Amino acid sequence: MRKKLIKIIIAFILFLIAMIFKAENEWINISLYVISYIIVGFEIIRKALRNITRGKVFDENFLMTVATIGAFGIGEYPEAVAVMLFYQVGELFQSYAVDKSRKSISSLMDIRPDFANVEGKVEKVDPDDVEIGDIIIIKPGEKVPLDGVILEGKSSLDTKALTGESLPKDVTEGEEILSGCINLNGVLRVEVTKEYGQSTVSKILDLVENASSKKSKSENFITKFARYYTPIVVIIALFLALVPPLVIDGAIFSDWIYRALSFLVVSCPCALVISIPLSFFGGIGGASKMGILIKGSNYLEAISKAEIVVFDKTGTLTEGNFEVQKIMPVNITEEELLKTVAYAENYSNHPISLSVKNAYSRKINEVDIQSTQELSGMGIVAKIWDRDIIVGNEKLMKEKEIEFLKTDDVGTVLYVAIDNKYVGYILIADKIKDDAKKAIEELKKNNVKETVMLTGDKKSVGEDVAQKLGLDKVYTELLPDGKVKKVEKLLKEKSENGKLVFVGDGINDAPVLALADIGVAMGGLGSDAAIEAADVVIMTDEPSKIVNTIKLSKKTMRIVKENIVFAIFVKVLILMLSAIGLSTMWEAVFADVGVSVIAIINALRVLRVKNNK
Amino acid sequence: MKNKFKIKGLDCANCAAELERAIQKIEGVQSASISFMTEKLVIECDETQRDEIIKKIKKVIKREEPDVDIEEA
Repeated sequence: MRKKLIKIIIAFILFLIAMIFKAENEWINISLYVISYIIVGFEIIRKALRNITRGKVFDENFLMTVATIGAFGIGEYPEAVAVMLFYQVGELFQSYAVDKSRKSISSLMDIRPDFANVEGKVEKVDPDDVEIGDIIIIKPGEKVPLDGVILEGKSSLDTKALTGESLPKDVTEGEEILSGCINLNGVLRVEVTKEYGQSTVSKILDLVENASSKKSKSENFITKFARYYTPIVVIIALFLALVPPLVIDGAIFSDWIYRALSFLVVSCPCALVISIPLSFFGGIGGASKMGILIKGSNYLEAISKAEIVVFDKTGTLTEGNFEVQKIMPVNITEEELLKTVAYAENYSNHPISLSVKNAYSRKINEVDIQSTQELSGMGIVAKIWDRDIIVGNEKLMKEKEIEFLKTDDVGTVLYVAIDNKYVGYILIADKIKDDAKKAIEELKKNNVKETVMLTGDKKSVGEDVAQKLGLDKVYTELLPDGKVKKVEKLLKEKSENGKLVFVGDGINDAPVLALADIGVAMGGLGSDAAIEAADVVIMTDEPSKIVNTIKLSKKTMRIVKENIVFAIFVKVLILMLSAIGLSTMWEAVFADVGVSVIAIINALRVLRVKNNK
Repeated sequence: MKNKFKIKGLDCANCAAELERAIQKIEGVQSASISFMTEKLVIECDETQRDEIIKKIKKVIKREEPDVDIEEA
């Protein structure tokens, strides 16, 4: 690239000398132009000659060579050199831009671990050579090379490269850790659970690197366009050079040849063709920076037309685990009420009991519990601190003939009575994710017509969540095949161009993920099933990332469209002006190189993604 | 099965598209995709003729884009 730049500079200086100090002797002038031309254009001419022998006449190199030599032929020396010069500048800029975006994406994806320290071996080992069951040591500052389970040690992990999340994650013995994270402070002894080829880091790298193989419609459109555009323009050029001088009275050959040569300059398709994949490449890279993996340019394109977004409830919009949401005491303190329930539920392993114990979070003095009896489907009757405790649902309260106030709260309600006197209730429910409401609102702002929630949960619970989040539709008490049927129905309802996006946790909704136009799996970090089944994988469990994806997709598509419209418009305009003789070869060079440079700069904008939460 | 190759020395995106079309036409190749940005060729082909097809691909590359190198990834 450097060599090319030097050539361009030397040629440009010679070109300027010839332009400014118009030498008295015309031959000196011409030789300056010719030398300058050869310095800058030699490569192109060489390739052009080689291509003619293989019959590739619509090749850029060939077109440029014909246009410039033609210009020399009709005595337009400065134009000839300028076209070649600017064409090379454009090429140089293009390879610089491509190189730059390739680099910025590979640095973005700089999660590939270089080595592993295997216990018992002094030297560092290639992660590829480590086997399942091997024990590896990860020191502070090193990348986690393979997925595994911590045997010993505590540390914080930087997961930013995988999730876009900037807060470090604390890990300790027994926990699973994923390759691609960076160990921040403690030394970890880890048993390897997956080979390198199957580990998270190589899956992610593979996915992002191959994403641009799945091409978008715009990309296919533009390569197809280029396929017809160039030959058509070249044929028109030929026609311009030959027909009008023969048909029109007084028309001069060199005039029309000049116009035809301008056509050849504008006929190069590359400017158009490069800016589109560049934009998508940038979009996919920018997304992975935010912890969003998009499996193909086609999906990045399609999600911009999201019309219906269907969510699974549990694990997607809600946390998927039960939590104490409300403590409503009557005549006692909140603290006392929670303590009473925690003691009563002490011996139960039901998820509900666990959530109460979590909320209480203090040591339970088991000697105080004299007896407990679990009444299946109703609750618990216990004797604690010499008092009769009843904790359970409505049915239990009625059976024990306790006067209580029924609540309208949705979720699991535990009514509590001490010595046959009602003392209040505790509400336990699945917690709605913090950013879920905002995500739904933002979807609406981004032209999503309908937001739908599907859940296998009870009607009251599902409708409550849907209402709190402001979803348009909710279907509850669905079995897995019921979800498939609902999505099929919704697919029929949407408009022809709109897309249906399904967002799930990827664990048991693979059929729906596959059925939707775009399947998005959330919390995909470490879940093979999710990465496998979905088109878009969100590494964190934030629903707001869907909004980020749609926004990024729209931005990418806007840039792609701008580039297509701008490039085609300028090219066609210059073609028309050249045909009637109003535009010179200088404008033609702009239409080729200038448009290419502008389109590339525009495409590079996609790469600048802020990690906005 | 998807076979991946690294493709080096592609001049421009349009050349990549043309090369892609040429490879798609090779007998036994079910699909071929070249990404200019990642310099990768991904093909799906009849596995029993794999070696044969790779030879043909190399030939096509030599004809279409003599400056391009291909290596298995």
